[in-house]
Amino acid sequence: MKFTVIVNEGPFIHQAADSAYHFVNAALAKGHEIERVFFYYDGVKNANKVSEPQSDDRDIVKLWGKLGSEKGVDLVVCVAAALRRGVKQENLAEGFRISGLGQLMQACMDSDRTIVFGD
Amino acid sequence: MSDTEDDASAKKFMFLTRKAPHGTIYAHEILEAMLICGAYEQDITALFIDDGVYCLKKGQDTKAINIKNFAKAYGAMDGYDIEKVYVDKSSMEARGLTPKDLMLDVEVKTAEEIGRLMEEQDVIITG
Repeated sequence: MKFTVIVNEGPFIHQAADSAYHFVNAALAKGHEIERVFFYYDGVKNANKVSEPQSDDRDIVKLWGKLGSEKGVDLVVCVAAALRRGVKQENLAEGFRISGLGQLMQACMDSDRTIVFGD
Repeated sequence: MSDTEDDASAKKFMFLTRKAPHGTIYAHEILEAMLICGAYEQDITALFIDDGVYCLKKGQDTKAINIKNFAKAYGAMDGYDIEKVYVDKSSMEARGLTPKDLMLDVEVKTAEEIGRLMEEQDVIITG
């Protein structure tokens, strides 16, 4: 099955980002496809590479980035939401790209299921 | 492309607004997403439940809190062919509102009707 995943909350403040990450990994492990992961609302902060969690905690920003750069998962950050929150090309973590809401709509249209993570 | 083909290829998108306007950004940003989706000729339903019903209240004035009054943009929905605008009956009544208090011509739906509507959707975007 082909999934679009939407991440609506920021890293470290909310379980949503981690749950979405685990969902994507589990789906890939089961042989499903991830059409796109789209980051909206405070979810765009998952792409802020200058975030620095304590060293004994998981670094969800880096974990996402690896999914993008190593497994080729398309990680798209909404440009309007990102600019509001200070996420730009210059501090964009590896593996992500910035684009518009059209990328969310197209992904939903091309997927069998859309899964939203957030409150 | 004929209208029939358009309908067959369109997906059913629901935009579910659950939060009050201005206190958090959710209502504002889901409206931005909904208006963009309007350009994609999909079958769109806008549903307002919980504190989300406050988003449609007439006469909002944000001057005193110095926040952009994005709620004016709900008036643009019609121009984007977003005509199915529904409000949850119990959410509205619990907040002492009636359709007369709202800026758009909405249809009031019961929880049971909303359940069926959600069941019909291909995609539900939440905010």
